[in-house]
Amino acid sequence: MASLKKKRRIRMLAFGGVALAASAAIAGFAFNDSIVFFFPPTELVAKAEAGETGPDRRVRLGGMVAEGSVSKVDGGASVTFEVTDGETTMPVTFAGVLPDLFREGQGVVAEGYYRNATFEAETILAKHDENYMPREIADALKENGTWKPEDGVVE
Amino acid sequence: MNNSIWTFANPHNFMRLSGVVAPWAAALAAITLAIGLGWSLFATPPDYQQKETIKIFFIHVPAAMMAVNIYAVMVIASLIGLIRSHPVSHLVAKAAAPIGAAFTLVAIITGALWGQPMWGAWWVWDARLTSVLILLFFYLGYLALWNAIEDPVKAADLASILCLVGSLFAFMSRYAVEFWNTLHQGASLSLDKESHVADVYYAPLLVMILGVYLLFIALLMVGVRTEIRARRLRALRIAQIGQADAALTRTAAAGNPASAQ
Repeated sequence: MASLKKKRRIRMLAFGGVALAASAAIAGFAFNDSIVFFFPPTELVAKAEAGETGPDRRVRLGGMVAEGSVSKVDGGASVTFEVTDGETTMPVTFAGVLPDLFREGQGVVAEGYYRNATFEAETILAKHDENYMPREIADALKENGTWKPEDGVVE
Repeated sequence: MNNSIWTFANPHNFMRLSGVVAPWAAALAAITLAIGLGWSLFATPPDYQQKETIKIFFIHVPAAMMAVNIYAVMVIASLIGLIRSHPVSHLVAKAAAPIGAAFTLVAIITGALWGQPMWGAWWVWDARLTSVLILLFFYLGYLALWNAIEDPVKAADLASILCLVGSLFAFMSRYAVEFWNTLHQGASLSLDKESHVADVYYAPLLVMILGVYLLFIALLMVGVRTEIRARRLRALRIAQIGQADAALTRTAAAGNPASAQ
């Protein structure tokens, strides 16, 4: 049978484990805004309205690049597009090199400033999902109509 | 007690079992990884979005999986070691640490090589990547603590406590993508959801995962055997020094009776 010493050790470890989990949960909730990597457009607008973020604060915006919204301006030197989370759509401007995976209907994270209802991006990161398939399967899924829109578009 | 699993916690029994298992696991790991690497790197089609960078997936995913799972092994071994005061259990955790650290480093490096062309960044401070980096520091800190303390019993206890605290980051490494929004995509492989990976990628990936598990078993067995032998060597040395000391005292006492008092 478990000795007294062993019981005491188990009790100490259980207590330590509970304390660790509780402190982690509290820290996780308290720092939630700094742990999240980006805000979707809806949340960013709400934060700007509530005064939690200003035009000079660098923030990250994340969502889907809206279909048909990408257009080149200034002779191709910069690009404008819209980021949507299905609820709110936010216009984005960016001057620079886009990552390979950047395309309409795909996830994107833009880093920059939210000013005058426009997001001025300084960095663009492409976000991809957890689905992997060869091109033929992607084409076949589209043909027989089982393609899920969140899977993006095949170029 | 003879038929219980704890008989393998006896160093002598462990040495006998691991002496048989280690070479077999090593041979199987070599075969499985050779098949898995050949299959995944040369016989898989390009992804519909990511083209050829999908090849990194076959090394990145198994490595990242081992980074977290080896830590889980260490946590369980440390818990058993602490509760039952069992030296071999502590040695399992100690021997697993450098293997886990290596897999974590591989996951971080392959992740950077993958992130650069796909995301457009080698590294970002999102919750997933950051917690994996902290996990690497816990692996290294755990090993440093073992090496910093002379007394193996004390070292085992303190390192185990550090290991248990780090379990938080192993857990976060795994689940950060579900708790917070991150740049890193969600899990492709999970037990409760449909697979997100087409069969042409899934099959070689499973071979790679089997291969890294076999490799881990082989390396762990060799590592624990080395630790047990080092322990025995230490015990022998201490006994030798004790004998030499006793002999020295005896000669001194015989030569000069006054000094024996």
